[in-house]
Amino acid sequence: MNALDIQGLRLQLPGSARPVLDGVDLTVAPGETVALVGESGSGKTLTSRTALGLLPPGAVTEGRVLVDGQDVLTMAPDRLRALRTGQAAMIFQDPGAAINPLRRIGDFLTESVRLTGTVNAADADRRAVELLDAVGLGPELLRRYPGQLSGGMLQRVMIAAALMGDPILLLADEPTTALDVTSQAEVVALLGRLRARFGTGLLFVTHDLGLAAAISDRVYVMYAGRIAETGPAAALFDRPRHPYTAALLASTPRLEAPSGRLAAIDGQPPDLRQELTGCAFAARCLHATELCREEAPALRGTHPAACHHPLEGSRTDA
Amino acid sequence: MSVALTRRPGLGRLKAARAPLHPICLGFAALVVLAALLAPWLSPYDPNAVDLGNALAGPSSDHLLGVDAAGRDTLSRLLLGARTSLLGPLGVVVFSTVAGIAVGLAAGWRGGWLDSVLSRSTELVFAFPGMLLAILIISVYGEGLLAPVIALAIAYLPYVSRLTRSLVLAERTRPYVCAYQVQGHSALQICLRHVLPNIAPIVLAQSAVNFGYALMDLAGLSFLGLGVPALTPDWGRMVFDGQTAIQHGYPLSAILPCTLIVLTVVAFNVVGERWADQVARRTT
Repeated sequence: MNALDIQGLRLQLPGSARPVLDGVDLTVAPGETVALVGESGSGKTLTSRTALGLLPPGAVTEGRVLVDGQDVLTMAPDRLRALRTGQAAMIFQDPGAAINPLRRIGDFLTESVRLTGTVNAADADRRAVELLDAVGLGPELLRRYPGQLSGGMLQRVMIAAALMGDPILLLADEPTTALDVTSQAEVVALLGRLRARFGTGLLFVTHDLGLAAAISDRVYVMYAGRIAETGPAAALFDRPRHPYTAALLASTPRLEAPSGRLAAIDGQPPDLRQELTGCAFAARCLHATELCREEAPALRGTHPAACHHPLEGSRTDA
Repeated sequence: MSVALTRRPGLGRLKAARAPLHPICLGFAALVVLAALLAPWLSPYDPNAVDLGNALAGPSSDHLLGVDAAGRDTLSRLLLGARTSLLGPLGVVVFSTVAGIAVGLAAGWRGGWLDSVLSRSTELVFAFPGMLLAILIISVYGEGLLAPVIALAIAYLPYVSRLTRSLVLAERTRPYVCAYQVQGHSALQICLRHVLPNIAPIVLAQSAVNFGYALMDLAGLSFLGLGVPALTPDWGRMVFDGQTAIQHGYPLSAILPCTLIVLTVVAFNVVGERWADQVARRTT
């Protein structure tokens, strides 16, 4: 059974003319790292939050979001709370803001497992020390306050807290964006090690393509609430089939490239207040035809790309 | 986050930050509290012991601050009066803070129709002068300390609940609340154990400012003869009793409690405002 299995998820918000998420299909197997990449507003954070039942107010959903085989969208509130303490956990973007500044690190780590009543305080403390050790921090931190720790340390604490309930699914929403470069590398390496050790499925939401390539087994590229392309990380980055993926890769700044203006994709992502017909990327795509503007392409093939005119790499499979 | 405490115009103009004023006021407030606590041991006479033969006598070695028209020792009455005069506002502040936080939390967190109902009804109370409300409740329930305290607590509730509501609205969008949600904490647990401690300093600063206002309002009610029962020593009541003495040319027994009320209100306001300023500066 998959750790996370999203099937045909559509999410409509009040005041928007088209669904913010439009038929998203996504799976994360146990022990697998999956990257979800896309630009701001593409719906990647929304997708990951839906997996924990964190919907924006007024949201109307369709489809199924299965965590450990159970549908989060139709779940009873107390069942959802149990799922949040146990099977699924989330690592937030800015650890400084996501940890209550008034509580000690020890309280932050143990509170949620003690809530369920299955674990007593001593066992919870022991597990907290164990996990702090696993993320490379000492037990003396239990008595400290969040303000006394650096950003990198706080993100490790956040990861340790996420692992307290022994989750099968870990959602990481741009966990390295608020950190400096050295801490970023450490946190990424740490996540990789922990996933191997605890067998947790990891959904890594990011807009950093290099990071996604480095950490993940499979990649989903998201554009305007739809999955544009998905496939194994190496294949997707070597031979992108969707023009959007190719354009994203082309606009990644490189140190070795000649200096000059950075490449960018012309135009703006589609407006949420306007209805969308055809391919979401058609207006900005160099290869767009009449067909693209009229009919939305479906994801097809073994390295699927939602495109009528997929770019041909060295190999064709559709 | 911008925090707007509700302050009355006149008293807010006292510059609480000026150097010597704050320590002096803090000292005076502490002194009044201490006097109230130790009153039974400090006061030289029974505050209700009547000595008509000695009525309206000036200060002497027997009666340091003189006696009033009924021959009661003014110093003893002032000391024991401090108890009622501080206990009343304390009750008002405690009641209004607890109830105000409950109303504000519920309105801010749940939102929707509950927010509309609670906010509109507290605004309704706000539109009604506190003193009038107190007079209404006292006229229904009769004399005693409890009725005016409850009346003023209701009148002060909107100060606290409006502030709490706006703070909760700002607080609930912060990521740590979301983090607790995805850890499986219930809304009530997040509210009481995490949101409340985070907003407490600002709410308590408002309550500290309210203390001074409540003291003044309660003294005003006592002066109108609406607060405490006739024999209980109370500053406002002493001013009321002293009116006739002023007409006879012996102003001391009325002027002393008057001065004490003014000084205590100013002291508590300066201390409260200073605290509020510090809290506001820290959170911006």
